[in-house]
Amino acid sequence: MKRLAAALLLAVAGPALSASKAPPDPLSYTQLEDAKLEAQASALMHEIRCVFCQGQSIADSDAEIASDMRAMVRRRIAAGETPEQIRSWLIDRYGAWVAYDPPVEPLTWPLWGAPVVFILIGIWLARGRLKRRRR
Amino acid sequence: MKRFILWVPLGLFVGFALVVAIMLRNPSEPVIRSQMIGKPLPAFALPPGIAGKPGLSSRDLAQGGPRLLNLFASWCIPCAVESPQLMRLKQLGVPIDAVAVRDRPDDIKAFLERWGDPFQRLGLDPNRHVMIAIGSTALPESFIVDGKGIIRYQHIGEIRPEHIPELMRQLERAQ
Repeated sequence: MKRLAAALLLAVAGPALSASKAPPDPLSYTQLEDAKLEAQASALMHEIRCVFCQGQSIADSDAEIASDMRAMVRRRIAAGETPEQIRSWLIDRYGAWVAYDPPVEPLTWPLWGAPVVFILIGIWLARGRLKRRRR
Repeated sequence: MKRFILWVPLGLFVGFALVVAIMLRNPSEPVIRSQMIGKPLPAFALPPGIAGKPGLSSRDLAQGGPRLLNLFASWCIPCAVESPQLMRLKQLGVPIDAVAVRDRPDDIKAFLERWGDPFQRLGLDPNRHVMIAIGSTALPESFIVDGKGIIRYQHIGEIRPEHIPELMRQLERAQ
């Protein structure tokens, strides 16, 4: 009974990693007025990985640092920076890891090359089968 | 030839299973290190976080000697955990400056009154501009900045008693 009560209490307890009480940046949750700029910002936000909750993009994540990064992206796009500039600025800080679209470099060659290799293997296997069937 | 091909799926499966087993035993380190080590501190100028203590700008951190830059917040629990170690570093003569992230002056004041105040300067970073600009991902984090304003070392997470010798060594190296 005591254990059950403890488990129930744990279930309703707030997470120990508390969040700040400061208000969020208005641009975290508000779109830019210019639809074209917002589209650029939104596309970039979907390609930047949240550095705290690492499986999500900053567009999808509710972590505070992700919301601050969204506000930063919108502010910079509105100020005239290109998405490419902002992306490389972030890569300078957090490494290529932070972008979902990894750059082509020796370390990522297998990543880009593997699909091609698998398609070639597939074609080779399929060709063998088709040939045999024709006979 | 045909015999050989029959074994390929099994071979692929064994290879796959091995990779999974190895990766499960050594999960990749989820810690993201800042890429700014060895680079100059990005330029910033933060307003004071509490009354009676100056704010913090990047120039304050290039004063000829190494300094410890601590990123913390009053709402961050591990930040309270590391405060005795920061007080110890202060006693050892380490100059420490702080960036309070997403914080409010009253909360900072209460936090420092409760846990001790090891900071010479304290800047308020309301929307994490400085935190993101130096490549920090979570709180608390501490950076060693040398006398020329170059970031030399990053400590991720709370400073525990066993981390002090390494921090002192890195401060020595940044001399």
